[in-house]
Amino acid sequence: MPRILGLAVLLLLAVTAHAETSTHEYKLDNGMKLIVREDHRAPVVISQVWYKIGSNYEHDGITGVSHALEHMMFKGTQAHPSGEFSRIIAENGGRENAFTGRDYTAYYQELEKSRLPVSFELEADRMRNLLLPPAEFAKEIKVVMEERRLRTEDDPQSLTYEQFLAAAFLSSPNRIPVIGWMDDLENLHVTDVHDWYQLWYSPNNATLVVVGDVQPEAVYALAKRYFGPLKAESLPPSKPRNEVPQLGQRRITVKVPAQLPYLIMGYKTPVLRTVSEPWEAYALEVLTGILDGGQSARLPSRLVRGAQVAAEVDAGYDLYDRLDNLLLLDGTPTQGHSIADLEKALRAEVQQLREAPVSSAELERVKAQVVANAVYQRDSIFYQAMQLGRVETVGLDWRVVDEYPERIRAVTAAQVQQVAKKYLIDDGLTVAELVPLPIDPKHPPRSSAGGHGDVR
Amino acid sequence: MFANTNSQRKDAMVAKNAKEDWVMKLFRVVQCHHLCAFVLTTFFLAQSTVATAAPDIQHWQTRNGVRVFFVSAAELPIVDVRVVFAAGSARDDGKPGLAQLSNGLLSEGADGLDADAIAQRFEGLGAQFGSGIDRDMAWLSLRSLSDTKLATPALELLAKLLRHPDFPAQAFDRERQRMLIALQEQEEKPEQIAENAFYKALYGNHPYATPPEGTVDSLKALARADVQGFHKQYYVAHNALIAIVGALDRKGAEQLAETVAGNLPEGAAAPALPVVKDLATAQDIRKQHPSTQTHIYVGQPGMARGDADYFALYVANHVLGGSGLVSRLSDEIREKRGLSYSVYSYFFPMAQKGPFLMGLQTRNDQADEAQRLLRETLAKYLAEGPDDKELTAAKRNITGGFPLRIDSNSKILEYLSVIGYYHLPLDYLDTFSKNIEAITREQAHAAFKQRVQTDKLVSVRVGGP
Repeated sequence: MPRILGLAVLLLLAVTAHAETSTHEYKLDNGMKLIVREDHRAPVVISQVWYKIGSNYEHDGITGVSHALEHMMFKGTQAHPSGEFSRIIAENGGRENAFTGRDYTAYYQELEKSRLPVSFELEADRMRNLLLPPAEFAKEIKVVMEERRLRTEDDPQSLTYEQFLAAAFLSSPNRIPVIGWMDDLENLHVTDVHDWYQLWYSPNNATLVVVGDVQPEAVYALAKRYFGPLKAESLPPSKPRNEVPQLGQRRITVKVPAQLPYLIMGYKTPVLRTVSEPWEAYALEVLTGILDGGQSARLPSRLVRGAQVAAEVDAGYDLYDRLDNLLLLDGTPTQGHSIADLEKALRAEVQQLREAPVSSAELERVKAQVVANAVYQRDSIFYQAMQLGRVETVGLDWRVVDEYPERIRAVTAAQVQQVAKKYLIDDGLTVAELVPLPIDPKHPPRSSAGGHGDVR
Repeated sequence: MFANTNSQRKDAMVAKNAKEDWVMKLFRVVQCHHLCAFVLTTFFLAQSTVATAAPDIQHWQTRNGVRVFFVSAAELPIVDVRVVFAAGSARDDGKPGLAQLSNGLLSEGADGLDADAIAQRFEGLGAQFGSGIDRDMAWLSLRSLSDTKLATPALELLAKLLRHPDFPAQAFDRERQRMLIALQEQEEKPEQIAENAFYKALYGNHPYATPPEGTVDSLKALARADVQGFHKQYYVAHNALIAIVGALDRKGAEQLAETVAGNLPEGAAAPALPVVKDLATAQDIRKQHPSTQTHIYVGQPGMARGDADYFALYVANHVLGGSGLVSRLSDEIREKRGLSYSVYSYFFPMAQKGPFLMGLQTRNDQADEAQRLLRETLAKYLAEGPDDKELTAAKRNITGGFPLRIDSNSKILEYLSVIGYYHLPLDYLDTFSKNIEAITREQAHAAFKQRVQTDKLVSVRVGGP
């Protein structure tokens, strides 16, 4: 192994010389947080406003309301009527979009650096002054339902994933699809969206992230000018909404017209924010890397190329989620192999992680990639802003992003085995299997919740 | 805006090692306002300029005649390399899937190293290897830290993959089998069925007609010798270019180019592809699929790279459907009526005429209305062209956003590949804004009217009743 260890040292030397980032943190009097990272490689800037609101704050009956509100944020204020926001950003050469996740709703503009005030003015305005005209809502909710058809109803694997989550979680809001159930979308009222906006859209529930060719103090002054006058609101007390303990393995099947079978397995895991020993979250990251961190990792090497039981296979874990979540394994078997074969192969991999420590060569490879990726990621201001905004919004400190490579480097083979033993257990497992029904062009899928939408 | 075009572009590309990165993983639990631009590859060359200086592109050839395009970027300790060949699916020559299989197999064995050994070496060095094809080109790419002790062994391995692939018989069988499974998955997706039908109708007997992913019959008939022959003919110096961006100087870049591509046999450039014939008649294609939405594609052959009307058509399309939410199509179909989440139009210039395409997806019972609106919006735009306000807004968007097009090494690398591959002038980026600014309302209108023939449009509809 000396050769590989030598490389790890080299990697570190190559990286540490450039590891310093210039990140600054401010807080406005109204409670709004500002994070500025300097990146002077190009005369551009990205500005993102992150709200601590998403589907994990929703309850039954109004699922999808966070995302519907995100759509409505483009529908105008007194000062800037519907469509003006996008028009103004476009005329300034900007690119914009917005996205909603479980723990956040975020809005962003990428601009030539001198146009930053344009972004601040428009974002500050719509943070407090949204009009939410019912006629606009009536059209926009249709767009959202089309989005759901596109992304979920007509995609067998997405549909399976959605039902899988609803089976894996009983009381945790992780069971709620970000876009919302179709039935809830059909019955969502503009007043639901209005109430949601009133409840959550205030400066003290927002983080402004700016990355680019900017001076932090100047950005702070600009932020005070545009966002400073906005009034803070009292926010609803946060409820933990912890998942009830899982008391045994769960298994569902999803029957939809499809060509290919598909398997998802998820083990209940903590996340960095909830775990009592932070190293456990990093060990779970490394464990995921051992399984699926590159083409040399165990799943592609053993299941795709070796046993050839999988045509596609992935492992996923996200330590930056706000609530306890899952370590996911999913895949499609090859011709001649069944879902049962694939599940057996994945379980064997899990068992091996529990029974034997990973080799130092594998561990070093995962670490080498993490250390190098930390540098590669700095090629994108968008990516940098995403990471900062996301961790802040789930209640972590932005510094965890910079600490990440160091934390990963500290993980040992014994720790990986320890978390495997502790969390990759059958009693915390949920399995979903997509059973393909014949694709009959004449008959739309009977199971589709979108069926209601289609006949209305 | 960019997003819609890119999503289509992504469909037209096949990348082998497209492992989800962190942002892509998010995509599964994230909903965007319009199509999530950030998860999609931005290989598309849509550009403009403002006051920013474009990067200084240096150009030369290796000893064996590989064209090199280099931009020095010292800020990050990274080097990005992409080796591009005229070896896309247009070279399949009656064997759809051959170009992709050949490209994908390069990392499955080389010079006695097997796939595990290759992947272990790249990944142990912290290097990221990638490969892929579209209809025109095939490429291999590598991102490494610039420290030569890390970069050099990775680059030497890349050279090995290019020069001495083993195409192991077992890997050939396995990857072909995986491509067959991927084809099955495509049949689940109405957008993919529609895209394949659209290209077939547009291109008839032209090599652009067949899907880069291949067909079931063709894949089953492929032999390992086909792949070996394909590699021998197309992965050669005179059919290649190498794009380099990163923390190295000219001398370092020259060395790098020689290391990676200097020992490729000279070979011959691939012959020019046949010219695309204009369509003689309109076609209306409908396919049933048990989806809740109908996907609609309407279009015809559009333009090639280097077309004299490129800038006029680019501006004209920007107003019609190339600028995201503020375009005419989006306004009529999404903003005013809520009929579709994503509606767009684009010209996709290729070596020969790439498609002009308008697309949307809507609930099945709204398909007639949406398609009518698509056609009406096009007809109205053909009749009147952009107005002065629209033209000004389009130019401001295109030129004002220029710095965003070149704000990262990976974006610059993509420009270099396209400029090099399509033999665009080296000052292409420097003059882009000027070229956009120079387009008049009349020019945009005339070029668009001359290019788009409403009586010869292909319409494809895939969806439920």
